[in-house]
Amino acid sequence: MSSLIWRTSTRLFASTTISHRPCKSNHVTSLLNKFSTDNGSATPLQVFSEEESMMKSTVRRFAEDRIKPLVREMDESSKMDENLLKSMFDAGLMGIEVSPDYGGAGMSFMAAILAVEEVSRIDPSVAVGMDIQNTLCCTMMTRFASEELKEKYLPQLATRYLGAFALSEDTSGSDAFALKTTATRNGDDYVINGSKMWISNSEYAGVFFVFANVDLSQGYKGITCFLIEKDTPGLTIGPPIDKLGLKSSSTCPLFFDNCQVPISNVIGDVGKGYKYCIELLNEGRIGIAAQMIGVCQGALDLTLPYIQQRHQFGKSILEFQSVAHQVADMLTQLECAQLLTYNSARLRSYGLPFVKEAAMAKYYSSELAAQLTRCCIDWLGGVGFTRDFGVEKFYRDAKIGTIYEGTSNIQLNTIAKYALKDT
Amino acid sequence: MAGSMKVLVGCKRVIDYAVKIRVRPDKMGVVTDGVKHSMNPFDEIAVEEAIRLREKKIAGELIAVSCGPKECGETLRTALAMGFDRGIHVEINDRQLYETLTPLHIAKIFAKLVEKEKPGLVILGKQAIDGDCNQTGQMLAGLLKWPQASFTSKLSIDGDWAHITREVDGGLENIKVALPAVVTADLRLNEPRYATLPNIMKAKKKPVDKVDPEQLGVDLSPRIHIIKVEDPPVREAGVKVDNVDELIDRLKNEAGVI
Repeated sequence: MSSLIWRTSTRLFASTTISHRPCKSNHVTSLLNKFSTDNGSATPLQVFSEEESMMKSTVRRFAEDRIKPLVREMDESSKMDENLLKSMFDAGLMGIEVSPDYGGAGMSFMAAILAVEEVSRIDPSVAVGMDIQNTLCCTMMTRFASEELKEKYLPQLATRYLGAFALSEDTSGSDAFALKTTATRNGDDYVINGSKMWISNSEYAGVFFVFANVDLSQGYKGITCFLIEKDTPGLTIGPPIDKLGLKSSSTCPLFFDNCQVPISNVIGDVGKGYKYCIELLNEGRIGIAAQMIGVCQGALDLTLPYIQQRHQFGKSILEFQSVAHQVADMLTQLECAQLLTYNSARLRSYGLPFVKEAAMAKYYSSELAAQLTRCCIDWLGGVGFTRDFGVEKFYRDAKIGTIYEGTSNIQLNTIAKYALKDT
Repeated sequence: MAGSMKVLVGCKRVIDYAVKIRVRPDKMGVVTDGVKHSMNPFDEIAVEEAIRLREKKIAGELIAVSCGPKECGETLRTALAMGFDRGIHVEINDRQLYETLTPLHIAKIFAKLVEKEKPGLVILGKQAIDGDCNQTGQMLAGLLKWPQASFTSKLSIDGDWAHITREVDGGLENIKVALPAVVTADLRLNEPRYATLPNIMKAKKKPVDKVDPEQLGVDLSPRIHIIKVEDPPVREAGVKVDNVDELIDRLKNEAGVI
């Protein structure tokens, strides 16, 4: 189905038939008609299609019923509950965009983003695993892997086990493509040598997407993505790193010692790994933005009721104007962060350029999350500082947002580059 | 091999249980605009029970019914996403008319649908969390002259009979009812499943038939007239007394109850 899409300043107008996914929902169609103009129609970013709304409801309930009771325990033990992981797979949360032919839900990118936001609202540590699974691992397979690899691994990723995205190393974080792990061709195999650092999902992953260089003399043009199964000889998963936050998400070093991988496990083309990586991380960024707005919302869910109930000097905390103003300011910024995130997700869904917007969304949301969670603790007073109350966890969890999947400074570089391009 | 019994389940769209209810400024109802709605929790339990009957190969076609404005379509889609085959939306778009509907109106609508669809079993939630009437199932059974089993906490089908455990004031009552029958679901009957994301997408392809209540020949004109809706009185704090004499004195002279 064809669509007419053009952009006027910051508003996006689309015809009522949206690209290849016509929306049959009566509710949204009537809304689309309501906002119809002579040139086309537009809906506010916070209006969702029927299946997006249903998905949000179901994920929210799942998160409240199944994840919430386990949050404290998982944070204190720094372990993911394996039954919970299984039930997340059963609910279809791990292969949201994957085609039903491979056991996924066949939903849109926006749906995946909304799901990450809903889960983050309850536990961003559980959400990060889900985000990496959906926006990096499954997308990597769907977009770049051969049909044989897809048939073999996509159903597993959608229904059984996690994947891990192994890019960063000890000596290459922001400078990702200075990675030193090598892949040497040996007959029908590649032999991988090197190590990776900070790899999320490691302990629970069934497969690893490992970026290694087949020819260091070519620089980043030698980087290739290898799909390596968990029990492959030569691959060792190091012990999980003890972190400030996202504690139940296992973050481990990986060691490759003459690890043999068949050439059929190369994802896409040799030497194109850097390209795939850039593409995926641009989208993954939107997932992190969604996680961060979820964190903000989760902290507020606990804080706002409390500061309305707690009274000092004869009135509720929220009734003091200075507090009310701070809350209003944070809520306004959260609204901005949410709109930035949703808009970049929609741009990506519509096949429009979104890299700058995604960088803005991630930068803005993660910086906000760090600040907003700190404010929540201030408004709460003493209880905010206690483990029991639950907000301090959001405060700790938020911090990594400005660092991983591209630090804030890197995002600013990206945004500035686009500013240069546009002028 | 699927079972053959057709099961009809009612799914009411109500304000979500977690929402803080607010009385409308005109004091003629509660605020519903922009407020989160979902399927009545007891109806979800009814939906779940029907799906389990199909998994046990007793039930065949599962039909969800909802009466109300166009948003009820969402409620039906939830039932479809949980696993139902077909939805029937009895469309009532007149808001004022909708607000004066009572269990008897709904029971009459369901009776007409039952005549048409001929299910072997009807499962309703025991009550809706907005009206709390606890009447529709019982009235429907009366209109159909069918056996009824309300407050069901356990259900098993054995040929032409249903074995039911009911939760009653005195404890648990075990009865046997002949099918076809009307069953109303109580809280402990089961724990409803989540609509998985793949099933939410599959639900889009399942049919929802729209029915005009006039076509059914049911008179929906109001039997009640809403005069006023207001908040319940604010609960006052309790008072501690020092001894029995003081208690009696206060009950007599302050509360005026003895």
